[in-house]
Amino acid sequence: MTQTNINTRHIPDRLHSRSYRALRSWETLLLTVAIVVFVINSFASPYFLNAWSLSDATFNFTEKAMIAFAMALLIIAGEIDLSVASIIALASTAMGFAVQHGAGTPELIMIGLTVGLLCGAFNAVFVTILGLPSIVVTIGSMSLFRGISFIILGDGAFRGYPADFAWFGQGYIYWVFTVEIAIFALIAVIYFVLLHKTNFGRAVYAIGNNPTGALFSGIRVQRVKFILFLLTGLMSGVAAICLTSRLGSTRPSIALGMELEVVTMVVLGGVNILGGSGSIHGVVIAAFVMGLVTFGLGLLNVPGIVMSIFIGLLLIGVIALPRVWAMFVAKRNTP
Amino acid sequence: MSTLKKIMTSTAIASAMLASPALAADETRIALVVKALGIGFFEAAAKGAEEAAAELGDVELIYTGPTDTTAEGQIEVINALIAQNVDAIAISANDTDALVPVLKKAMSRGITVVSWDSGVAPEGRQLHLNPSSNPLIGNMIIKLAADHLPDGGDVAILSATTTSTNQNTWIEEMNKVKDNYAGINVVGTVYGDDLADKSYREATGLMQTYPELDAIIAPTSVGIVAAAQAVVDAGKVGQVNVTGLGLPSEMAGAIESGASKSFAIWNPIDLGYSATMLAYEIAKNGAKPEPGATISMGRMGTLELDEKSEGAMADPFVYDATNIDEFKSIF
Repeated sequence: MTQTNINTRHIPDRLHSRSYRALRSWETLLLTVAIVVFVINSFASPYFLNAWSLSDATFNFTEKAMIAFAMALLIIAGEIDLSVASIIALASTAMGFAVQHGAGTPELIMIGLTVGLLCGAFNAVFVTILGLPSIVVTIGSMSLFRGISFIILGDGAFRGYPADFAWFGQGYIYWVFTVEIAIFALIAVIYFVLLHKTNFGRAVYAIGNNPTGALFSGIRVQRVKFILFLLTGLMSGVAAICLTSRLGSTRPSIALGMELEVVTMVVLGGVNILGGSGSIHGVVIAAFVMGLVTFGLGLLNVPGIVMSIFIGLLLIGVIALPRVWAMFVAKRNTP
Repeated sequence: MSTLKKIMTSTAIASAMLASPALAADETRIALVVKALGIGFFEAAAKGAEEAAAELGDVELIYTGPTDTTAEGQIEVINALIAQNVDAIAISANDTDALVPVLKKAMSRGITVVSWDSGVAPEGRQLHLNPSSNPLIGNMIIKLAADHLPDGGDVAILSATTTSTNQNTWIEEMNKVKDNYAGINVVGTVYGDDLADKSYREATGLMQTYPELDAIIAPTSVGIVAAAQAVVDAGKVGQVNVTGLGLPSEMAGAIESGASKSFAIWNPIDLGYSATMLAYEIAKNGAKPEPGATISMGRMGTLELDEKSEGAMADPFVYDATNIDEFKSIF
């Protein structure tokens, strides 16, 4: 082997056009998946293309997605909050407790949001002020928050929520459009603007890519992270209000295991689990994909365990596909 | 993009295959919704429901449930059933209250809703079928332990989760009658969350905490098997008797090894059968599920409803070395 191997490297003299990049983006791939799933479902079940069915289907993802938006920002900034489902449990328990003492709907909303914020602040203090890793802190608070609910409720349940409180989880804004989907849409817009159109959003990306660099660029890294934990707590509070309203009761096992579904949604939405990249519209599409897949399979009476397999395959498939494609392209370009 | 297309095509084919059971127009479609799939008890109930469907002839049975025992999971399943416009839903509920709003919605769209095994609050269903009566079960589980402890002794309880409606009711009923069994001390209650590994650890913990323990009562089919295994592994067969509620197929080994002398269960096959029959009677034959009503359950006789529209199917049945071989292959 005397032949010298010369590595040729392709250096582009210009970037691809904006539209070409949009076409090749993660979001486009995900949107294609969503459309394909929608079409398959329409053919597979005669009940799928029905406004009321689809309206019911949105409940499969709305509450999770509300948290997923805040979680997306947190993960982009290189942190994570695994205590979100437990925050729901604690906020819901607090609301149930208040109901037993005669609280009305406005007070319940205040309590739900406040407990969410406080739990977020609790995580934030440990992560940003004491400098502990967020995954450790929030695994701890995951047990802590739900533990408090279990101590308060034991095997009991809080019932008797006021009738007008049911509006959030069971009400309709107009025709088949639920209150939850409206809240979901509103939050999506707010987070889209926050992440993609503000300095705060740029700071979140900067922190995720290089926290030290961000700090030396004058970004108050810890303060931004503190706010992100507060937002995640607040969104868990909003989700707690919706879920409690939908169930009409509180048990300490409420929303058990939801944190993993939220993280799945975020990752499926194209957010880099290691931080630094991702988009809100990706998460929106991911929410619809997960909702459509679970509902579509539900209509076919596919057992839940098979459904989990599908979601797992979808996640791995969608994540692996661009990588496989890149390898394929690289191989083809090598002489 | 061709890889993606291939994946999607295979998914489409897979979905189409799953959808293949054709929809017959005149059939009464009854959905048997269980707490979670993959639990022996509910698989047996489904077998009974199939038997009822075959007997009735014009019934399409849908056996479904979530992956884990959560109310949220069951709500998703019920929403899918409402969308399919099934005729009846017969459900064993993960949560008494949380399912009420969605089941109310089902009823408002003309779907018959009955609960069985683990009930739903009265406003969320038309009737509830209890496999047996709670006082009888509560009495049975402590009687099973006491029968093998003529001189009295210490017993502990290994339950499912702290929020399990069934287990809590039975333990409550058991506590009401435990004074009838002289010398029997209930020393503690632990929760294995209906997970095999956690139940095993909790049972091992019980034997360490109470070295004089004579019996473990596990009123859950997951817990009793785990507890029996824990007793065998701790070398305490003969000292600690595991009893409670379990499935013959899963308990055959424990009866053989002597870790369990006897246990009880109603017949889940009969339960699924009866629930399906009741759903059919209401949805198709117009039976009125009101307090005081009597509704036919096919070969299981009739169900009498009390003031809360609940009824009990039958007494729990005791399994021991004499009859385990006969039943272990059934469920």
